[in-house]
Amino acid sequence: MADANRVDRPLSPHLTIYRIVWRPQITSFASMMHRITGNALPVAFILGVWWLLAAAIGPEAFATANWVATSWLGDLVFAFSLLAIWYHFFAGLRHLYFDAGHGLDLRTAELLGWGCVVGSVVLTALTLIII
Amino acid sequence: MRYITDRKRAVGKGSAKTGTEHYWAMHVSAVALAFMVPTFIYVFGSALGGTRDEVLATFSRPFPAILTGLVLVVAMRHFAKGATVMIEDYAQGSLRRGLIMFAISLSWVITATGLYALARIALGN
Ligand code: HEM
Repeated sequence: MADANRVDRPLSPHLTIYRIVWRPQITSFASMMHRITGNALPVAFILGVWWLLAAAIGPEAFATANWVATSWLGDLVFAFSLLAIWYHFFAGLRHLYFDAGHGLDLRTAELLGWGCVVGSVVLTALTLIII
Repeated sequence: MRYITDRKRAVGKGSAKTGTEHYWAMHVSAVALAFMVPTFIYVFGSALGGTRDEVLATFSRPFPAILTGLVLVVAMRHFAKGATVMIEDYAQGSLRRGLIMFAISLSWVITATGLYALARIALGN
């Protein structure tokens, strides 16, 4: 075993190897969005838990939290989080599928990427209609 | 170039401490969330926008209360581990350790606050 190239190995997440602006790849885009959405979701959890706590505490507390949670800002946070969670849901299932060793040829991988984007938009719209 | 075996090179560097536990925990929580989250979105989304009495009525029923509690615990454990990986990818040294501590703490604060609210609602204030 040689000592050569010990440090020259590619270091995760070497983002710079991906084309992001010029003709983005759907596969790397889907992966980045999964990370971004997963890490952004606590924002909605904080707002939701505050709202629930306020309901538990009393009418005045609820009035304040409910006003924020149902204001345009609250609507915006929950609407984007809905899109984020549906996206993360599909992309997460895609990860589980990949990790089980399936769908790794280029065509299928790209199709699954588009599937996550389209699926999340459709389910977000459906959820907003039903709720 | 030094002629040295892989084992010899690893000696004294410390163990990795954990193996596939992180990966496994992410996958168990991901499957659990995949089952729970769609129903949870429906329950929470329907409750949001109601009066306080309606909200209290919803979350004092067993199914919404237990589901919300489960989603909170599982999602926050899942987030804490997921955020740790992201932080490890982009930050080094003390900043890395600080951010990881912050993410784990945040996840516990959200969990504890939510469970307290649920308990207080369930036990009739
Ligand atoms: C809706 C059901 C969910 C599913 C099916 C799911 C699935 C997954 C999977 C499979 C991974 C691991 C990806 C990998 O192997 O690299 C993951 C990562 C992650 N998840 Fe989820 N998840 C769900 C909900 C959530 C929620 C509610 C949150 C936040 C509160 C969250 C936050 C994260 C974070 C932060 C990561 C790490 C992302 C990264 O650094 O790559 N997930 N998710």
